[in-house]
Amino acid sequence: MAELPADIAGLSFEEALAELERIVRQLEEGKGPLDAAIDAYSRGSLLKRHCEAKLAEAQARVDRIVLGPDGAPSAQPADFS
Amino acid sequence: MDQDTPPRSNAPEYSVSEISNALKQTVEQTFEHVRVKGEISGFKRHSSGHLYFALKDAEAVLDAVCWRGSATRLGMTPEDGMEVVAVGRLTTYPGRSKYQMVVERMELAGQGALLKLLEDRKKKLAAEGLFDPARKKKLPFLPEVIGVVTSPTGAVIRDILHRLSDRFPRHVLLWPVAVQGDGAAQQVADAIDGFNALPKGGPIPRPDLLIVARGGGSLEDLWAFNEEVVVRAAAASQIPLISAVGHETDTTLIDYASDRRAPTPTGAAEMAVPVRSELLLKTRDYETRLLGGLQRQLTERRTRLDGLARGLGDPRRRLEELGQRLDDWGERLPQALVNLTRHRASDLARIAARLEPALKSRVQTETAKLDRDRLKLDQAASRLAAAWPRVLTDRQRHLDQLGKLLKSYSYEDVLERGFVVVKDSKGHAVTKADQAKPGAHLSLLFAKDQEVAVTVDGTPPPKPSAPKPKDSRQGNLL
Repeated sequence: MAELPADIAGLSFEEALAELERIVRQLEEGKGPLDAAIDAYSRGSLLKRHCEAKLAEAQARVDRIVLGPDGAPSAQPADFS
Repeated sequence: MDQDTPPRSNAPEYSVSEISNALKQTVEQTFEHVRVKGEISGFKRHSSGHLYFALKDAEAVLDAVCWRGSATRLGMTPEDGMEVVAVGRLTTYPGRSKYQMVVERMELAGQGALLKLLEDRKKKLAAEGLFDPARKKKLPFLPEVIGVVTSPTGAVIRDILHRLSDRFPRHVLLWPVAVQGDGAAQQVADAIDGFNALPKGGPIPRPDLLIVARGGGSLEDLWAFNEEVVVRAAAASQIPLISAVGHETDTTLIDYASDRRAPTPTGAAEMAVPVRSELLLKTRDYETRLLGGLQRQLTERRTRLDGLARGLGDPRRRLEELGQRLDDWGERLPQALVNLTRHRASDLARIAARLEPALKSRVQTETAKLDRDRLKLDQAASRLAAAWPRVLTDRQRHLDQLGKLLKSYSYEDVLERGFVVVKDSKGHAVTKADQAKPGAHLSLLFAKDQEVAVTVDGTPPPKPSAPKPKDSRQGNLL
């Protein structure tokens, strides 16, 4: 699969989902030139991929902050299950 | 015997120092560990860090000191008027003949006092604007890293992690703190500050959301979250912060300063992340609608295109029709010219046929008119010829009459009757006397044209009374 364009990869999940929603509504209204509709579809597909990727990054991981002798924090894996 | 001398006491004699030290020993041993309830008054914090104040009630005052080491672990900030229970020991200060209490721990006495303190502090911090709704930050929709400030032991952290993994597993950083007791408030404040101090892109990922949590407990148990240092740290946090302290009915001051207040730690986890499965469904729904929307647009345009194509018709057939029309008109063109010539020729013949009769008719009309005029002329001429002699005769008669009339008017007849015409040398008639000046040459005309020349002699005319001179004059004239 091709790389996501940088302007989409930089979007938060919320932003990407909001834009995807806007594109879907626009397409469903069926207004505008066909070229624009096809462009919108392509962008919508990329946004959807980005959203799914964000949703796939759902790894639970717990670190515990430990303060060193100088008071500087560091993180160590922790298990609270 | 000296009766007056008071009997010498066998009681031992102390020096001041001895008695003071004895007292000190007694006091310190007897009151090694006491709890004293009283109201704080005259509170002073010395620059050395020691706290000096007095505990008092209605009847008595007890000086108190809290050494710096204990002061930092008090977990509260004493204020004048505060009703407290102080824990410590009594000691004396022999140099000043004083005794005092060395306070090691202190807590507020009674819920009423605590609540009053809480209310006062809340007002003070609100007045500073720390609870201002405009300061509240929006929570991120889907945080990547969540920082949790709570106890590493106990149910709270497990509840949070459990609910997070149900909804949307995330990377969690736990900053372990004591959530009650000495130093708890400071630890919580330091943890909030510590998370905010993490740089972006550092070895420890900077959280984009903080949860400060503690399980339920008494007002005293939750007190650390009412402390100013915690409230200020929460208000100052750049990272959006959810507070979840105690149960739903417990409200601590950090709840006013946080960006969102969760009723429980589990509630905080629910606020922190959306539900992943719902988002997946939503995303897939959008995907379906995206494709459907495009296909519907394509279908719609296909239909419109077909419709328009039908309306456009077959261009070849159209061309053929046009060609046929061209042939048709092309054939009719030369025929049209012939027809036109033929039409014009017949028009000409028709008009020419009418020309000769018209001419003849005109000639006849004119001839008849001429004949009529000639007849009229002839009649006029004959009438003229008849009238002419009569006209001449009439004129002759008229002339004769005029000649006779003229003759009757002539002076010649008068001359016949004896009158004379006097004329001057030029032949004009002399009709006035002054024209006949003396010496003038005149002529006298008689009848039958007999003329006699005369000259006027200038003799004055005779008086009219004598008729003679008249005769003489006449005689003279003659």
